[in-house]
Amino acid sequence: MTREEIESREDESMMDAPQMNNPKPEEFFNVNYLRIYYGKSNLFPYSDIHKWLSYGHDGKHPGCDEYYFGRREFSFTLENDVYLRYKSFKNASSMEDAIKSHFPYKIDIGAVYSVDPDKRHAYSQTGTNVFTPVERELVFDIDITDYDDVRYCCSGADVCSKCWPLMTVAIKVIHTSLTEDFGFKHILWVFSGRRGVHCWVCDPKARRMTNEQRSAVAEYFRVYKGNENNARKVALMGYSLHPFLARSYVDYLKGFFEGELQATQSIFSTKDKYEKILAMISDEDIQSELRGKWENSARSSLSEEAISLVRWEQLKNTLQSKKHKAPTLRMCVEEIVFTFTYPRIDLEVSKQMNHLLKAPFCVHPKTGRVCVPIDPNNCDDFDPLAVPTLSQLIEEINSGGSRMDVDDDDDSDTSLLGKSIKFFRSSFLEPLLKSCKEEIESSYKTKIGKSKDSLSW
Amino acid sequence: MEVIRSQKRTPSNDTVSNPKIPLYLTAPQMEVRLEEFELFAVDRLRVLKGVSDGLARGRNPKEMDDLVDTLWKEHMRDPDASVMFNKDIISHFVLRLVYCRSDELKKWFLSMETALFRHRFRLQNFEAQRAIVGEFGLPYKAVTGAELEGLKERLGQVVRSLGQISPTVEAVYYKVPFEEVPDLVASRRVLIQKGYAFVAGSQLVSLVVTQFRSHISKALILTNRKWTTTIQEREKDRLTPIVEALSTSYLGPDYSQSTEYAEISLKDIDQVAKSSFPLCMRHLFEKVREDHHLKHGGRMQLGLFLKGVGLKLDDALAFWRAEFTKKVGSERFDKEYAYSIRHNYGKEGKRTDYTPYACQKIILSAPGAGDHHGCPYRHFSEDNLRAALGRMGLSSRGMEGVMDQVRNKHYQLACTMTFEAVYGTSCDAGINHPNQYFEESQKILKSKTPPAPV
Repeated sequence: MTREEIESREDESMMDAPQMNNPKPEEFFNVNYLRIYYGKSNLFPYSDIHKWLSYGHDGKHPGCDEYYFGRREFSFTLENDVYLRYKSFKNASSMEDAIKSHFPYKIDIGAVYSVDPDKRHAYSQTGTNVFTPVERELVFDIDITDYDDVRYCCSGADVCSKCWPLMTVAIKVIHTSLTEDFGFKHILWVFSGRRGVHCWVCDPKARRMTNEQRSAVAEYFRVYKGNENNARKVALMGYSLHPFLARSYVDYLKGFFEGELQATQSIFSTKDKYEKILAMISDEDIQSELRGKWENSARSSLSEEAISLVRWEQLKNTLQSKKHKAPTLRMCVEEIVFTFTYPRIDLEVSKQMNHLLKAPFCVHPKTGRVCVPIDPNNCDDFDPLAVPTLSQLIEEINSGGSRMDVDDDDDSDTSLLGKSIKFFRSSFLEPLLKSCKEEIESSYKTKIGKSKDSLSW
Repeated sequence: MEVIRSQKRTPSNDTVSNPKIPLYLTAPQMEVRLEEFELFAVDRLRVLKGVSDGLARGRNPKEMDDLVDTLWKEHMRDPDASVMFNKDIISHFVLRLVYCRSDELKKWFLSMETALFRHRFRLQNFEAQRAIVGEFGLPYKAVTGAELEGLKERLGQVVRSLGQISPTVEAVYYKVPFEEVPDLVASRRVLIQKGYAFVAGSQLVSLVVTQFRSHISKALILTNRKWTTTIQEREKDRLTPIVEALSTSYLGPDYSQSTEYAEISLKDIDQVAKSSFPLCMRHLFEKVREDHHLKHGGRMQLGLFLKGVGLKLDDALAFWRAEFTKKVGSERFDKEYAYSIRHNYGKEGKRTDYTPYACQKIILSAPGAGDHHGCPYRHFSEDNLRAALGRMGLSSRGMEGVMDQVRNKHYQLACTMTFEAVYGTSCDAGINHPNQYFEESQKILKSKTPPAPV
């Protein structure tokens, strides 16, 4: 069986304990493994997640809000799709206890509310004491099924090495914008476990954004406006690209389109494929001209990739000479590139503070893969098919190579999950906590300073 | 703000060095006469309703600028600039009381005041706009010199991306945290770098409107609290009735005295009903002719309307008698119905000359089984409405526009569109009274037919 075939089987049968020492290759996820993952193995990084979501409010500084963590909503999805919302925990150990008693198939993280989600019914819906979100990371969700109209290797839940690069390019474009344009510093990218990526922007400024502001950022990123009713799903108006789009095009999209994409998708090689592209050109004459050229060269001996490249050049040249015919042709070349390569984020996920999103280091029930962080500065190296699965982790424990506790100074730790945890801590958590502590300290000093002034006589 | 009984008003301390558009940041310290309390609010309400109408019709920003200019001059102008300024402030704060009282009212008021502010702002010159920005206490620095030079190329790209072929960058840009201008960010109309948006002088509107809206929104919540906890009770004999009436008021002419166009006689009535009656009255009229009867709601709605179009009392009595006696007989008519017709004309009882119902009132009525009054655009089923509109001569294309308005619950706009389709002309003012429909219709028809030879 090939790896792809294994992974597409949706087998979630229960396993008896004695068989754990020799798991069948097709069973990469089951409840017993899950119990070990969340249970005694210390694989799931409880204290790291707690430290992250406490944002420095660890009670060690007088300026800390000791109830901050307790006001965060979590949700659990249990076996049989039972869904538990508005769960909240006083501290790390009560979170750990809850997870160890439920063994949820999925853990979602929601917003920090004005009061304990557990106690929300004690508060009215109007007036001053309202149950309402007060902080929430700015989040993005990119799912490869939203690209099904432009990938030819897979569709639906499948993903492979040919289409995953679409996610890589998406990370690069969005990450660059988040840091360069919006000035965000504490960004965590996470593999969603099967076919996409999530992004968590954790700067204080980001956490305090209103729904309107989140919506604005999501719309800023939005280019693709497709549905089955329009053939031209990307419409770039005006005389030039906005600097953000121009930078994305020049630095990432153009090169990807003309290079890797042609090699993996061969988007011009068959009539079906190139007709789709011709439909994006809003001029019948140009369409016919190109169609004429391509129909005749159908029996060429070149490889699919070479054919695609030749046709792309022909298209570019034709459009270059004819683009003044109509405003809709002005940036047709760019529109085609954007249609195939530009990130397609799920707007609804980003727009509302109360939207829940899967927690990092969860295990995806359909693939058994752990939702590990992705390094945005090295995302070309990320391979979704090489991400550790639950069964691999259990096997590792059984063969004695378990990760009981990752030692930060020990570079020789080569356990499957160790690298990810280490990356999470050093690249994300530590800088974040340092900055949070500084902020808590400085706002505390300001508060004290103010009250000191008021006492002065 | 202190509301006082009629006395000479103490001059306000506001000087006209204030920017032309007040920001309504705090309730003014001045005394207001009770009459002005209501009158100023009513005038401002006319402006806001005009704005609402313009937006519902999909007017573009430039058209809205002109509309707001016209509305403001018509209702809020005063030769004395400081009086005009005070009226602006007082009317806004009175309407806050009126519109803070429910979520729906708050939403409407917030939208209209924000739109009003946006277009008044756009009408100001650049210096005045900068002054207003300053008033908000927005700490936005103008970008100049070397920093501006470094951004010029990309700012030019933004300009070109918005459809301007030459990348002429404006002289002044403001550096603003991107959170302050969400709509400019969403539509990629600004350059953003390290968390700051570079807003052109001409884009300033977006900046201030967001601030304005946010401020008014918060203010409405506080006003509501004050209203429910103290003001409503304290003022129950004085301001509260005024406040409660203002949110549902009809603000047009009352048609209690018919005009020169409107005198109709009994012999013309069928023809006039067919040519000039709005759908609600056509329907009632047809039903009277058909059933020789109408229930109370219908008698009131149609009867007062007929009075408004100029049917004299004697002719009215004759009309109703002619129809009703076919069903109930002459004696019963005199005993049960004639009195109330006379009553409507102010000839009985306390002799109030009752005014014909405005659309607002008709729309809010609740016709039951056997009733034919109310507003057909609201109360008819879609099929019945289409049939009725067909009988009025609307093409299926014309009907779609009307049905669209009906679906969005804009019943008066639906009637206006019907009017426009029937007479082939536009009705910018919008229909808000059946007698207005009649008068406008008569005007058009009379201007088309040559005068009879003498």
